[in-house]
Amino acid sequence: MLYREAGQFKASYAEDQQIFAIRQDRIAVGALLVFAFVVVPLVANQYWLSAILTPLLIFALAAIGLNILTGYAGQLSLGTAAFMAVGAFAAYNFVLRVPGIPILVAFVLAGICAALVGILFGLPSLRIKGFYLAVATLAAQFFVVWALTKFGWFSNNSSSGVISAQKIEILGYTVDTPAGKYLFTLTIVAVLALAAKNLVRSSTGRAWMAVRDMDVAASVIGIRLMQTKLSAFAISSAYCGVAGALYAFAYLGTVEPEGFNLDMSFRVLFMVIIGGVGSILGSFLGAAFIVLLPIFLNTAAPLIEHGLGLQMPPGFMSNLELIVFGALIVFFLAVEPHGLARLWQIGKEKLRLWPFPH
Amino acid sequence: MSFFFEVLIGGLLSGVMYSLVALGFVLIYKASGVFNFAQGAMVFFAALTFVGFLEMGVWFWFAFALTLGAMVVLGLATERIVLRPLVNQPQISLFMATIGLTFVLEGLAQLLWGSQPHGLDIGIQDEPLGWISDATGMNISKFDLAAAGIAAALVTSLALFFSRTRIGRALRAVADDHQAALAVGIPLQQIWGIVWTVAGFVALVAGMLWGARNGVQFALTFLALKALPVLILGGFESIPGAIVGGLIIGASEKLAEVYLGPYVGGGIEGWFPYVLALLFLLVRPEGLFGEKHIDRV
Amino acid sequence: MTATTRRAGDVILKLDNISLSFGGVKALTDISFDVREHEVRAIIGPNGAGKSSMLNVINGVYHPQAGTITFRGEVRRDMNPHRAAASGIARTFQNIALFRGMSVLDNIMTGRNLKMKAHFLEQAIWFGRARREELEHRAKVEEIIDFLEIQHIRKTPVGRLPYGLQKRVELARALAAEPSMLLLDEPMAGMNVEEKQDMCRFVLDVNEQYGTTIVLIEHDMGVVMDISDRVVVLDYGKKIGDGTPDEVRSNKTVIDAYLGVAH
Ligand SMILES: Nc1ncnc2c1ncn2[C@@H]1O[C@H](COP(=O)(O)OP(=O)(O)OP(=O)(O)O)[C@@H](O)[C@H]1O
Ligand SMILES: [Mg+2]
Repeated sequence: MLYREAGQFKASYAEDQQIFAIRQDRIAVGALLVFAFVVVPLVANQYWLSAILTPLLIFALAAIGLNILTGYAGQLSLGTAAFMAVGAFAAYNFVLRVPGIPILVAFVLAGICAALVGILFGLPSLRIKGFYLAVATLAAQFFVVWALTKFGWFSNNSSSGVISAQKIEILGYTVDTPAGKYLFTLTIVAVLALAAKNLVRSSTGRAWMAVRDMDVAASVIGIRLMQTKLSAFAISSAYCGVAGALYAFAYLGTVEPEGFNLDMSFRVLFMVIIGGVGSILGSFLGAAFIVLLPIFLNTAAPLIEHGLGLQMPPGFMSNLELIVFGALIVFFLAVEPHGLARLWQIGKEKLRLWPFPH
Repeated sequence: MSFFFEVLIGGLLSGVMYSLVALGFVLIYKASGVFNFAQGAMVFFAALTFVGFLEMGVWFWFAFALTLGAMVVLGLATERIVLRPLVNQPQISLFMATIGLTFVLEGLAQLLWGSQPHGLDIGIQDEPLGWISDATGMNISKFDLAAAGIAAALVTSLALFFSRTRIGRALRAVADDHQAALAVGIPLQQIWGIVWTVAGFVALVAGMLWGARNGVQFALTFLALKALPVLILGGFESIPGAIVGGLIIGASEKLAEVYLGPYVGGGIEGWFPYVLALLFLLVRPEGLFGEKHIDRV
Repeated sequence: MTATTRRAGDVILKLDNISLSFGGVKALTDISFDVREHEVRAIIGPNGAGKSSMLNVINGVYHPQAGTITFRGEVRRDMNPHRAAASGIARTFQNIALFRGMSVLDNIMTGRNLKMKAHFLEQAIWFGRARREELEHRAKVEEIIDFLEIQHIRKTPVGRLPYGLQKRVELARALAAEPSMLLLDEPMAGMNVEEKQDMCRFVLDVNEQYGTTIVLIEHDMGVVMDISDRVVVLDYGKKIGDGTPDEVRSNKTVIDAYLGVAH
């Protein structure tokens, strides 16, 4: 009976329109934020902070980006990693070439660069839909990686386009510990996630969903299809761009264009499908799932090997991972198209009725 | 000039092989409305399985038959496990499901046969044809020519299959209108089974040809992706479109690489077909052979 | 109340010599008619007559090959959907065209999109104008929800609603734009008698309370004759009748078309 909204009446539309309309949810989210911002940096070890939590947050941000485009605006993209690459390389170049530029400004500009590239490759969406568009976004994927590799300017003429991201400096303070980078990432991701949530519950988001669900009806309401689709491409790519910049600056440090390959694009797509198409929360759940699953498999493998006295052939785990990912995708599409986010919601509904199911 | 033609012909011939992969897409799309992203993975799976059997010492044709059998089982299983539960879902969900299938197939193939690349010898050498070189000074690969011949034969027989046989006609009926086909008693599931089998066969042939040329390795899956721009050019529903699209992509990417590549640092083959297809879409969104249509409301 | 007592103003929409074809199919051939402010104008005709195509021409979804459209004095070759919406034309569809992934409330809110002016950056931080707008428009939408008596399904995803209610939500979405002209494509098709009565009442109420001009396609002759001021009859893309319900009812060509006399 702890999770109950009974007695909480909404006296105004403002209250009804809150992101978390139920008091218990607000408390839970507050607690989660305190946990993430205060407890985790204190208790988590270096491995968890820099090898799991930081990339998890970064991928969640990329998944939010793709979710805006695919989940909300209905435009399937297979080029997510390319937009991340644009963000990473743009941020690197801004810091490199503009002396004294604050890192956050560089990130914002990186997002804008990614948005511009997104708009460019989004142009075909005005004339084509569905998997035609998906194929068109592959053009972005291959072209961007090629261009970043081929033109030395982007990587300050390093071999095969490898760049080493500069140090993160904020107000003269260098962020170089795992906990610092984690907090830096967390702050950006939390702010952008909130912004995304606000966008999708306002007229911009409704226009995206309208175009996704029934484009003719949307246009008859007066929604401009071109502007709406391109805004989705732009904002989605900006999110991916910032995620890419974080990937380089806060996670790996050294990246190359080839690292942002089609496989990475698929990975983010899987996060969206498994987490929940058209859900900001789902983007986090999906990212967590896809980041944690391989770690889980790799931890479980030696135990199983040991337990059964077997020797697994080399590459077994990575191939098994492919199969598990693929099978999960099919499973979720068939059984729960709204992904983990929906399961979470169902769980909450159950809890709301518990312990009296009627 | 003869160099230009050499590049052009080389491109056209490799284009035929793109057509071959694209054909698998078209078959499945026509019959079930599914854009099967996994076609490339099927090519890889087939090639790897075939090589695997060969390396176990199985006789060539027997290995061929075994692999074909595996592809049939795979096709039927896909129909059963992937497509049937997703029936009536939006096309885009089916498309994403086939991306999932792609991962399953790639993982499964390597789990069964290992991840290392294999050579494949199907008895035709990749060397210039002597008499053409002598007569014209152009180097045209014997292998490319043979592969193109095989692909052409396959395409022709498929075209005949669709226009002359009862099953073929039923297939076309299904492609035109699922509901109507069901209404006149065409067993949809059986048809889908057949289509996936044929697509598996096409994948096997494509896998053998590509594998013999470039080695059987993971990179095959990327080659197969090149079939996608082919489809955009030719339209998803048109067999002639797949063929012409393949030729255009094959020829233009080679010509672009040779004549444009040097100005921009080379390596443009990787993206040129996509960008070409994209530009083409801006001009003619319905594809080469598609018909313009206005959404009904 | 009867149709004749309603005020009808000046002509606000005039279609002249509209012809539209798809490939070889001639959907509309040389059609001219007008619509007066505040009236209920019906378009009737057998299946495939071109009624829906006519509405699609009026609000710019289809572009006719010939003819002109004059709306509030502006003469145009064709409309485009955005301009039509911006000049106050709203619309429902023959086959329900709701946004299936959204709730009833969001569907109706979307109907007011054109009126929302906040920049996306303001919306992202949910501050100032963005927040204010969201509340103001919500209040307006609630009025419409009350008007159409759909309070109880406010938060329901539209996909889960029965057909009759979906049609009502679609009307709500169109009304949310506070249109001066409402195009309704078979708003009562597939409804039972009771639902039809409700819908008729809503349509007439809208017309009376807000003075909204209504262009209505409907197959149910009883309804058409009851609520419309003037009727256009189409058959095979041609106009075969135009006038008050009584005039149309006694028109020989119209009777023949409906009784299936050979052409
Ligand atoms: N987008 C389109 N593409 C091709 N043909 C079309 C299109 N829209 C309408 N048509 C054709 O135009 C003709 C008129 O169709 P329309 O939908 O306007 O008829 P209708 O009077 O609304 O019929 P119904 O009562 O069945 O709704 C029909 O022959 C139809 O097939
Ligand atoms: Mg109609």
